[in-house]
Parts: sequence; C-alpha cells; structure tokens
Amino acid sequence: MDKLKSARDAVSVIPDGAVLMIGGFLAVGSPRSLIDEIVRQGKRNLTVIANDTARPGVGIGKLIDAKLVRKLIVSHIGTNPETQRQMIAGEVEIELVPQGTLAERVRAGGAGLGAVVTPTGVGTLVAVGKRTIEIDGDTFLVETPLKADFALVNAKRADRSGNLEYALTARNFNPLMALAAARVVAEVEAIISAGGICPDSVVTPHVVVDDLVMTE
Amino acid sequence: MDEKTLIAKRVALELKHGDLVNLGIGLPTLVAQFLAPGVNVSFQSENGLIGLQALPAGQMPQKDLTDAGGSPIGAAPDACAFDSAMSFGLIRGGHLDVTVLGGLQVDELGQLANWMVPGKMVPGMGGAMDLVSGARRVIVAMTHTAKGAPKILERCTLPLTSVRRVNLIVTEMAVIEPTEQGLLLKETAPGVTVEQVVAATGGKLIIPSNVPTMPLAA
Repeated sequence: MDKLKSARDAVSVIPDGAVLMIGGFLAVGSPRSLIDEIVRQGKRNLTVIANDTARPGVGIGKLIDAKLVRKLIVSHIGTNPETQRQMIAGEVEIELVPQGTLAERVRAGGAGLGAVVTPTGVGTLVAVGKRTIEIDGDTFLVETPLKADFALVNAKRADRSGNLEYALTARNFNPLMALAAARVVAEVEAIISAGGICPDSVVTPHVVVDDLVMTE
Repeated sequence: MDEKTLIAKRVALELKHGDLVNLGIGLPTLVAQFLAPGVNVSFQSENGLIGLQALPAGQMPQKDLTDAGGSPIGAAPDACAFDSAMSFGLIRGGHLDVTVLGGLQVDELGQLANWMVPGKMVPGMGGAMDLVSGARRVIVAMTHTAKGAPKILERCTLPLTSVRRVNLIVTEMAVIEPTEQGLLLKETAPGVTVEQVVAATGGKLIIPSNVPTMPLAA
C-alpha cells in the first residue's frame, strides 16, 4: 500500500472544526508543509493540541495569524504575542496544560489509558475543577486523556511502509501524537525503501501512519 | 559585576559533579559558564535532550538541535535525545537532581510563583510546574526586588507554580533557605548588610547570629 500523498491531498480530508494534534516545540519538529497547506486551504474553527504556538509567521503561529484556530490546548504561548492578543480579545479559547501533563495526556490517549495521575499542578490553578486522589499519603491530580481527529507529525525520515525515525530535539511530541489520533499524517524530509530503517531505530511503527507527505 | 552574573556565580556552587541539571531560560542559563574545573554535570533540555552545551564557536547550527527557548545548541559526546514523555518522566520521576528557575515571587512557605500575572502576562507554565514538582532540588535564581518592590513575601499574591517548598533562593542580595520554620537567611552578598536584606524582603526572615558572606564561583 502506498501511503505517499501530496500535502494538498492529505490536508483536503480535514474538515472545518477538526481536532488536530500538531507536533513540534517552538516549530522545531513541526510539519511545516502541512501547516502551510492548511492555511492555503483555509480550514476553519480548528482545535489544536500542541506544545506551543511558536511565533507569528512561524510553524503553528501561521494558523494563529490566519485566525483558523478556535481552541488551543497548549503548555506555553509566551513566545507568540498574537496568540495572547487573540486570547485577551476572546477570539481563541486557551487551555494551558503543564508540559509534562500534556505529554502524558496525549500518551494516555494513544495508549488506551483512562487517566493520568500526576503530582504536577496540585494546589494550583491547574487543579481547579479537577478530581484529586490520595495514594499512599500523596495527593495527585486526575487528568484526562487527549485524542484527536488528525495528528500532523514531522519526522526526519520514513520508509515506504511508514516507519518513522526522528532527529534530536525535533522528536518532542511527535511520537506521542502519532498514536493518539484517528488519522495520522507524517511529513518527512526523506522516504527510503522499506527495510531501510533499522527496526531498532524505528520510533513510530508504520501501522499507525496513514499518510506520508514530503516536506516541500 | 552585574547582579545576574553574581546570582549565577553563587548558584554555580550548588551544582555537584555528576548532577543532572535543568536550567530555565534567561538568568539561570548563565550558571553553566561558572562551573568549577572538574565539576562535570549533564544539562537537560526539556524539549528532549540530555547533554545540552553552548553551540561551539564557528560550528554551524543544526535546525533539529535546539534548547527549550528554540535557540541552536551543541551536544555533549554522551548526549541522548528522547520524546517529551521521557523528558518529563526524567523530571517528575526523581531523576533530575537540580532545576534552576527564575521567579516572580516566593513566600514564607517556600512556594514559588513564576508563570503568570493575571490580566497582564499569561505566557503559560510550559515545563515549570513539572520541574518544581519533580526535581530533587529546586533553586530559585532571581533579583531580590522588582522595581523596588519585594519579591519575597509572606504569601505569594500571584498564582503558584507548585505548593512544593523550594530548596534555595539565590538573589543579588542574599541566599535564603526555605525551611519548615520559615525563611532562613544563610548568606548576604558582598557589601550587603543583614538590615538591607530585611528591608528589601516582604516576608519574615529567620536570622542566625552569624550570617556569612556569599562565596562566589570564579
């Protein structure tokens, strides 16, 4: 089965209002051709689950600039003044999640777990409205799993079957998100023949990858 | 010496050979420059790396090798890369020996606020809540006051980063250790008197009869 598609075709099936997970940390390891294509096709009312919104004109910041995002679930928006402006103006709803909790909520969503039980955030604003439980005398917050309609991930390279290998700090949330969405689109810099990536080096197994798109 | 350099030189003495250390963006990053010879520590970057180093002069930046502020970095020969779940597993799981973070406020309970100013600045907590909850030792490196107003208070007025008591506060005026009994004044900076520290502090300090002068890294 050939998973290779154009960015245009891979993005065309995303409906307005979709929930997207987008990999990357300040745009390092973000699928930039897919982001550009979402802007080009003008997908609207998106919910985006990501670590951050990078900067205006960069990475996920382009979706913010184009006002395509209705809701953000992120750990940090401090690098993007436009995101903060839209939040204050009430144009975008923002759920701030501690970064480690965000990673585990995505992981739980992809791994079939019912909750994340973490000490992070106990007694802070993050705990408001959430359940806590005591285990062996310590208090933990109960955080819910996250899932998405689409995960848009970025990898260094793929083989033709869709096995993914990542590079350094461009890995970040990508492998976690690749398990947590109904459809997974992987943007890669290179595609090599099946078997070209040593099985020990495969981080994301091909079975979860639906589409492969080359970075343009 | 400017106050940030002074703070960094004092914090550097807290890092021990073999430690795994996470330095926050800004002032804490300066600490790496002042490690004593023979003290080798590993620096973690929460975006997925152990072995963070300054980008060596003349070396081309790699687009996939960045710190948690998105700036290009180098990597130590024993560097390793991993995803965000592993990165925060290391942080929460007791594997991170020290985190050095900036602060907006710290109070008599040793609680830190450093992630938002309601109505003014809402950058988000990023990794700060996990770092403060999970690191074995939390060191707050910050200026003692902000525009003349004390940042060390009876109770934080800003939203807390964690209810965990931090281990040490290092400012350009003093070193203070939050304890079960309250804020213990451990050291004063060169040329700073105990009275000056007390006057610049909003919370109550426990003051021993002898308060030594802050040692500094070379």
